[in-house]
Amino acid sequence: MDIFKPLALSTLIAAPLFLIGCSSDDNHVSRVSYQIEVTNLTAAQPMSPLAVALHSGSYAMWQIGTSASSGLEQLAEGGDNTALLAEASSAHAVTMTGNGLILPGTSDSIIINTNMKSDLALSFATMLVNTNDGFTGLSGDKLSNLALGETRSTELLALDAGTEANSESVVTIPGPAAGGEGYNVDRDDRDTVGGHPGVVTSADGLATSALGEEHRFDNPVARVTITRLK
Amino acid sequence: MRKLLSGFAVTGALLSAPAMAQDLTISITNLTHGTYFTPLLVAAHANGNHLFQTGVAASAHLQAMAEGGDITGLSADMTAINADKIENPAGGLLAPGATTTLNLINAAGNDQLSFTAMLLPTNDGFVGVDALSIPTAAGTYTYRVNGYDAGTEANDEIINGAGAPGNPGIPADPGGASGTGGTGVTSTEANTLVHIHRGVLGDSDPTGGASDLDSSVHRWLNPVAELTITVN
Repeated sequence: MDIFKPLALSTLIAAPLFLIGCSSDDNHVSRVSYQIEVTNLTAAQPMSPLAVALHSGSYAMWQIGTSASSGLEQLAEGGDNTALLAEASSAHAVTMTGNGLILPGTSDSIIINTNMKSDLALSFATMLVNTNDGFTGLSGDKLSNLALGETRSTELLALDAGTEANSESVVTIPGPAAGGEGYNVDRDDRDTVGGHPGVVTSADGLATSALGEEHRFDNPVARVTITRLK
Repeated sequence: MRKLLSGFAVTGALLSAPAMAQDLTISITNLTHGTYFTPLLVAAHANGNHLFQTGVAASAHLQAMAEGGDITGLSADMTAINADKIENPAGGLLAPGATTTLNLINAAGNDQLSFTAMLLPTNDGFVGVDALSIPTAAGTYTYRVNGYDAGTEANDEIINGAGAPGNPGIPADPGGASGTGGTGVTSTEANTLVHIHRGVLGDSDPTGGASDLDSSVHRWLNPVAELTITVN
């Protein structure tokens, strides 16, 4: 987690130097600040509290076609961001958790600060809680091309952690549609992260599904707006 | 197709001239959950040429690709117009989640990019891009790519080994998740022009039902692929 006191201090010291365009002084590392606002665009898929990380190019929260980390599995199956944030922290990321569940049609917004570096990137993840292991987010979105005061919006795709088969059964979905189990250690799907195929639901022939027609979704499932504040 | 452009690349786009050969690194990622891409055909060609067009009837060569994964006809079409092309960069099927990367040198004038591959298992579904203007400024550009229906075969969703044009049915499910004994989802094709694929229906009965496909495995949402072009 970032600490506020040193931020305020370094801002005060660095501010005069910014005005004359000096940023190479080793004693005054530039601080940057981003507002991250995530809007849930689905009909009836609450999204779990955000796991947000600012990091360098050496860390990846996930990659398409690669096995999910244990932290990502825990977020995608159960909505718990604790382990994923711990993984990012141990990879020297600055991390933050969101303010809570993001209900359909609503947004969550956080402000996160760190030291400027040339390969700075944003990653975040949130679970679609009425799924087995569906989530959305960004992995390694480069921030170096976002100028001070600039805003960028990106529409987000539904992703599948690939760690749990999409049975949609009442015992396997943790969201309010089912109230079943969240994370378990088993990996009984293809074990690589990829695009989510959507949910079938009991309304469309999967009799064992705990989900109704309202739980279906299409891409994009969310929108993120990133603004560089400092 | 929706575009996600890197900011730095956009600002540079107006500053450089395209009147010479380019060195492109192209990556294609399969974003589906349980659908394979048959051998890809990737081509840079001149304006006015196409591998496919929405709202237009499929050529016989497109039909052969979409129903059976055969790119020989489309590839010959590209040779005939002096396109720069790469066949089968993945060396066979591109599995769900997998990425293939290729290098393509495109001659001056071959400034549009198209690619196709069959979506397997489907009757005549394919993934592709039609005549995308290749960026001219150095940088990396990412595109979201949709799935299409060739409109040449009814989407019965019966796996019977049929891949030749005109024969109903699906050649195979490479992922081994399909069932048997389906009675057929439909025997007609309402739109006989190339159109956005409505997706497969599938069912949860491995030995019966209407479809041989599994609704929990073989469905997809667009985009079905991600295309990345790096202009070197």
